[in-house]
Amino acid sequence: MTLWYLLLLPLIGAGSIFVLRAKAAKWIAIATSSLVFVLSIVMAIQFSQWGTSATGLVSHYSWLNTLGITLDLGADSVAMMLVLLTTLLTPLCVLGSFSAITSRKREYYAWLLILETAMLGVFTAQDLILFYVSFELTLVPMFFLIAIYGGKNRAHASIKFFIYTFTGSLFTLAGFVYVAWKYKVASNGGWSFAIHDLTTFAATLSPTEQGWILLALLAGFAVKIPVFPVHTWLPLAHTEAPTAGSVILAGVLLKLGTFGVYRFVLPMVPEALVVYAPAIAVLAIIGILYAALICWVQDDVKKLIAYSSVSHLGFCVLGLIALNPIALEGAVLYMINHGLSTGALFFLIGMMYERYHTRDMNAIGGLAKKMPVWSFFMVFFVLASVGLPGLNGFVSEFMCLIGTFISSSSNPTWPGVLGPEYAAIAAIGMVLAAMYLLIMVGKVVFGSLKEPEQHEPHQTLPTDLSLREIGVLIPLALLCVWIGVKPIVLTDAMQDSVEEVLSPFPRIVQQQEQAPAKLIDIKDEQHG
Amino acid sequence: MVDRLWFLIPELILLSGAVVCAIGGLSNAAAIRRRVGFIASIFLIAACVSIPFVYSQIHVVDSSSLYPWLGKYVKFTVGIIGILLVMTSGGLMDRKYEHAIASGKDRFNALRTSAGEYHALLLLSITGVMLLCEANDLIWLFLALELVSLPTYVMVAMSRWSRVGQEAAMKYFFLGAVSAALMLYGFALMYGATGTFVLSDMMTAFAEQRVDGGIAIFGQIGLLLALVGLCYKIAAAPMHMYAPDVYQGAASAVTAFLAFVPKAAGMIAIIIILSIVGWENGLPSIVEMTLWVVAVLTMLLGNIGALLQTSTKRMLGYSSIAHSGYMLIGIIAGPPLGLVAVMVYLVIYGATNTAAFATLASLSRDGRSIDSLDDIAGLHNRSPLAATAFSISCGSLLGIPPLFGFWGKLMLFAAGIAAGQLSLVIIAAVSSAISAWYYLRLIGLSLLSPNTPRSESVTISLRWPLIAAIISAIIAIGGPLVLKSLSSEARQAINQPE
Repeated sequence: MTLWYLLLLPLIGAGSIFVLRAKAAKWIAIATSSLVFVLSIVMAIQFSQWGTSATGLVSHYSWLNTLGITLDLGADSVAMMLVLLTTLLTPLCVLGSFSAITSRKREYYAWLLILETAMLGVFTAQDLILFYVSFELTLVPMFFLIAIYGGKNRAHASIKFFIYTFTGSLFTLAGFVYVAWKYKVASNGGWSFAIHDLTTFAATLSPTEQGWILLALLAGFAVKIPVFPVHTWLPLAHTEAPTAGSVILAGVLLKLGTFGVYRFVLPMVPEALVVYAPAIAVLAIIGILYAALICWVQDDVKKLIAYSSVSHLGFCVLGLIALNPIALEGAVLYMINHGLSTGALFFLIGMMYERYHTRDMNAIGGLAKKMPVWSFFMVFFVLASVGLPGLNGFVSEFMCLIGTFISSSSNPTWPGVLGPEYAAIAAIGMVLAAMYLLIMVGKVVFGSLKEPEQHEPHQTLPTDLSLREIGVLIPLALLCVWIGVKPIVLTDAMQDSVEEVLSPFPRIVQQQEQAPAKLIDIKDEQHG
Repeated sequence: MVDRLWFLIPELILLSGAVVCAIGGLSNAAAIRRRVGFIASIFLIAACVSIPFVYSQIHVVDSSSLYPWLGKYVKFTVGIIGILLVMTSGGLMDRKYEHAIASGKDRFNALRTSAGEYHALLLLSITGVMLLCEANDLIWLFLALELVSLPTYVMVAMSRWSRVGQEAAMKYFFLGAVSAALMLYGFALMYGATGTFVLSDMMTAFAEQRVDGGIAIFGQIGLLLALVGLCYKIAAAPMHMYAPDVYQGAASAVTAFLAFVPKAAGMIAIIIILSIVGWENGLPSIVEMTLWVVAVLTMLLGNIGALLQTSTKRMLGYSSIAHSGYMLIGIIAGPPLGLVAVMVYLVIYGATNTAAFATLASLSRDGRSIDSLDDIAGLHNRSPLAATAFSISCGSLLGIPPLFGFWGKLMLFAAGIAAGQLSLVIIAAVSSAISAWYYLRLIGLSLLSPNTPRSESVTISLRWPLIAAIISAIIAIGGPLVLKSLSSEARQAINQPE
């Protein structure tokens, strides 16, 4: 059983879509992606590295010797969770697109499957170049999904999305190659791009070099997450993308950035991170508050959810750089939770849009009277997103904030460089989130029924949700409840991995306290 | 002498091919006349087949050139891409005239055909690239380079009977003559500094001068002039000015040829000439500085220039200027990785660039060749295959992983960083990002946008160029699978076997 099955199956599916008839496209897509999901569940059950920091399901394949590039795959427990998230969301996206996509179906489903391969490649790559290739490959299907099936402004949105992320990650590539070259010089041997070798090696570089590498890595990851000044592509891309595109974008693609921070920034450049964490945290908090305020004045529901992603991922970034296990576990959990609840919200908005062809809060209202099932799910996922105790959002948000709160240098076991003041200001974002999301629910779901004037009922869809649509939402809802009630299953599974990543930090933070390292003066953290 | 002739077997095959094409093109029998393209391809295949036998270990030890294995790699890859280029030229020459003869409206007159000459010239130019690999003195090098260039001047002129075509040919010829003069002057100065034309002797002479306190100033100026002359061949700034005009003026098939064959020759010549001074102790600082400036200017001017174009061919012309700039990073970095990267990149660039121009060559609007960006809008509505091939080649030129172009850029960047040229690599990354704008625009136009009134009448009129484009696009996708063996062959070619 190797991870290659997961990566190659969607590609085979995509290939066969082009060979067979256009009518069969969606069935092939749903069959392939479900098969991949089942396979990944089987792998997850057999996965013996849960709860440890080891990497499992490893497969080796050496490739380009001149540069030491390999095609090694493997997954630790955190990567495995994100793999499961991806394999779960993809079939749901396929299922959710049945009625929305009416033209150029083959390409649509083929791109979705190729996208799945690319995303899985990012999470399972054990070679930096393979990681980068997968990371960049996600751009291509998403570009076409937005550019062909998007809204009115799709051309602009798709190009902006592509250029932002492409430019940012070119610098990440330069950073990777720089580390690999340093490794080659230091080890006096050939090139190697093995993630394990390079991450351990990079941590031994001088703080100045680490500073530059941090900058290069963040150039790619911060755009993808997105962190405050380079977030402007996201609302546009989200608003213009088709429903499934938005779901994948919010559910998985944004996590590629946070996963990159978890996987590379933390272990590779710990000394630089300790110095720059406060600056990054400030940007994250600005993002939380700024995006939340923008949400407050949005009329377009989809745009509102898009901006709320920017705001929410700010908490995730805080958790990533608070440097203690509670916060980091919270951040990883946040990646999954945000994927579930925001993904579901995008599905719901898509379903509404298919029926009313508008997303304007002022044009529609009181849908609870007409679509009770839809309204139930809407309220449910909004509450999950707001952070209602008992649902998933609460756990991760609370862990991120509490982790940030206790992340001060006086913490005896896990000293950090943030502190209560960061958590206190970021917490305002939670209050704002409750306000803008509940206002939105109040307008759209409750009150007196309001429908667009020139509104014709959809020809094939029922007034309320169809069974297929409910089938898309149920798994997400169940997971939200399960994670909300028993998050300990996941946190236990990832605990060792997380502590392994954090292990060098207490020493570095203490050293930093005693003798601050002299670092290059970089005022602008985000280049994109 | 027999030893050296042995290595020229592929060249001799092509030379006889050129003669056969030239004569066959004048034949009374339409069956032969129309198949000169096939004849040229057959000779190219024969040349490629002969290469593994010519370059066996037993023979190569007797070779006197600086890079005894270089010929194997270059001749083979240029031969293969040459076949694609012949296919791209399919239907370019004499199409209307042959139609008229076939329908009885006109009579055959040998003076009015040009397909034979065209293919003969094409083969001669490729022969020049192959000869270049065996150069062991500067005279040989110069003659081989001129053999590459001279046929291309004529090809540009005969490809289109229009004013722009003639203007392009004149421009190309005169500037080419100037650059050849510059290069020759440089060679003369290098001769003055070393007293020999033989490359290996020059190498020892320069090495001795280094020990004695530095390379003679004449030698350095000579090197510089030679490099500036060669910049013309690879269309690098500041000698790039002709490229957009000529690329636009020539027929698309000839443009595909111009964008690859002279450029490959120029890159190989630069590698050979720089090997005389060698990278081991660092290039002379003035040479390195010049190359650095040229690389930066070429990348930036090429990519920014391409952004501003409204003509597809000019845009691709500027993009091919930018690619010379990327390759110069590898030249500056030097052996082993830098030169391997250049060698590999030449192949990647050759295949993917040919796909782009071949797609254009296959299209026409009301019987005339297309040029404006508007013409390719909505191409997917009329020919999904052409649009896909075109988009794949643009994606590969942009360097989207996992397409072939990405791996070339990765190797060049890695070589640059390993040589300590971090700033150069960052500039390359920035200009790559700039290039995303116009490549995406081309992809968007061909694959996504709707028809425009102008592009409605654009149709696929030629079959062979489209087939060439599809094959090249398949190379752009499947190429990474052979990258491993390609790079080990390239290592051998520059005397750095693994």
